[in-house]
Amino acid sequence: MFLALRALAFQRSRFLLVGLVIGLLALLTVMLSGLSSGLVNDGVSGLKNLPVTAMAFSAGTKTDNAFSQSVVDEKQRAAWAGQPQVADAQLLGVSIVNTRKADATPVDLTLFGVAPDSFLAPKVDGRPALTEPGDVVLSATARKTGVRVGDVLTLDRVGTTLRVVGFTAQQDTFGHVDVGYLPLRTWQYIASGRSAAGAPTAAAIAADALDTASVVALRSAAGSTLAASGIDVAAGDQAADTTTRSLQATFASSPGYTAETTTISMITAFLYVIAALVIGAFFTVWTVQRQHELAVLRAVGAPTGFLLRDGLTQAAVLLVTFTAVGAGIGLGLGALIPDGVPFALEAAPVAGAAVLMITLGLVGAGLAVLRIARIDPLTALGGQR
Amino acid sequence: MTTSTVPTPAAGAADTSRTGLVMSGVSLELGDGDRIVRALDSVDLVVRPGELVAVVGPSGAGKSSLLAVAGALTSPTSGTATVHGHDLASLSARRRARFRLEEIGFVFQSGNLVPALTVADQLRLVHHLRGRRDAFDVTRALEQVGMAHKADRRPHELSGGERQRVGIARALATHPSLLLVDEPTSALDRARSQDVVALLRERTERASVATVMVTHDHDVLHHCHRVLTMEDGRLLAA
Repeated sequence: MFLALRALAFQRSRFLLVGLVIGLLALLTVMLSGLSSGLVNDGVSGLKNLPVTAMAFSAGTKTDNAFSQSVVDEKQRAAWAGQPQVADAQLLGVSIVNTRKADATPVDLTLFGVAPDSFLAPKVDGRPALTEPGDVVLSATARKTGVRVGDVLTLDRVGTTLRVVGFTAQQDTFGHVDVGYLPLRTWQYIASGRSAAGAPTAAAIAADALDTASVVALRSAAGSTLAASGIDVAAGDQAADTTTRSLQATFASSPGYTAETTTISMITAFLYVIAALVIGAFFTVWTVQRQHELAVLRAVGAPTGFLLRDGLTQAAVLLVTFTAVGAGIGLGLGALIPDGVPFALEAAPVAGAAVLMITLGLVGAGLAVLRIARIDPLTALGGQR
Repeated sequence: MTTSTVPTPAAGAADTSRTGLVMSGVSLELGDGDRIVRALDSVDLVVRPGELVAVVGPSGAGKSSLLAVAGALTSPTSGTATVHGHDLASLSARRRARFRLEEIGFVFQSGNLVPALTVADQLRLVHHLRGRRDAFDVTRALEQVGMAHKADRRPHELSGGERQRVGIARALATHPSLLLVDEPTSALDRARSQDVVALLRERTERASVATVMVTHDHDVLHHCHRVLTMEDGRLLAA
């Protein structure tokens, strides 16, 4: 640290320049992390928040838009409910609809049809909320569209109406659309394509509702992940004629999810590579410029380890300081991003991005300062230059 | 083989506990493209503590090679070089670096100070490299070369002569057995050259260090106890 900190202070304008680049990269990394988390939340938070271990789709359903392709029935649900280690199995209906408020404001929703007395049903203020066929509980984020409890939402074209009876405590979205929980039978009624205008009635539902849903939602007796649950997926799929995926794997079935996350991941990866290259290039030039000074230090007996540590300390101080500054500015700017943009700053991804950037920057700097070990102290003597 | 005589240094300066530099039959062969060049040819040299020996000679005569071998920067092809009784060739690369730190001081052309460090920190750095945590009297060390009043300046704020004075103080900060000086006046005017070499003589005697100075500057040789000439790798009495 003796030499490193003094050199940083003496050459502050030079180090400030590369520090600004590091800060900008950190800022971009934080913004991308926020965008990535925001897109993930916007795409699949409705699924993430379900107390579900796995989803059973109809056999052979492909990943893309699997929820709209898959059709399962009560027999398949029952087959899964009888499997060992399965604590509960419930039908879940998933469909995206366009609705309008009384003032004609459009409100797009992903309808999750759930049995009102099942583990999938949302609670409002700790109590089951879906008591009438026309009840719907919306994601907390739906409030931003101006919807209030008691509002009536009318499905486009068919005219069936749903009454908002509450909101969940958190963001529940799917495919960038707010989730609306409604009774499974009402979902089956709407999905039949024969639903009538106005509030759904028990009689109409009994007459026209389908008896199918999109998937069977499974909850394990032990373990939160499918791998840890002990559920025999192959046996269950054979018995129920389904294709089962872990909850995590079903995220890829959300519209656009894979494309969005892959794009953001690629941009982020490029940023990390750029950070490592920028730091590596800077310290390569810096080391070359100091070559004679380093040769003199080696000639007077400075151990190679001391000089390597010195170079890495400079890189570490630069990286930690300016990554923190960049990340801090990123967090500040993130707070200013308008509500409509899918953006969420979460501690773990931001901290992970910062640590990864510092680590890769150190790798770049480490490769650059390794040339210190190859500097011949003989070059310190005039006649050898 | 050429043998140099060893005159007695200034009265009272000799330190019998130190043996200075002893080179015996030292040869150094270096590759130069397809050829092998004999940079040092059977050099014998003894420099006692408190003695300032100048080595002069044309470029390419082997003066820097002499410093390189004496300074444990390279190992001779044959012969032995000992400093303070230690055979330099027997030391590993790591121990050679440590030995340079402890027993050998270097004064380079133009001082070759670390640009980022103040004058005081140039000396503290050497102390720091040695891993010493005890107090180091930087002011006294700078007073000895007349630079205490510029302890907070950086190299670019000093004249060439001042940089060399700091370089001398840095080289002597570890109380070495051997001081190797490489063209100390190459960037100085005549008056400053005289000052610097007079200071070298004074510090050599007071610190009781064996000093070898390579130079092209014949105007400063009268300060030295002995002057040797190097030609084609061979060391001759002047």
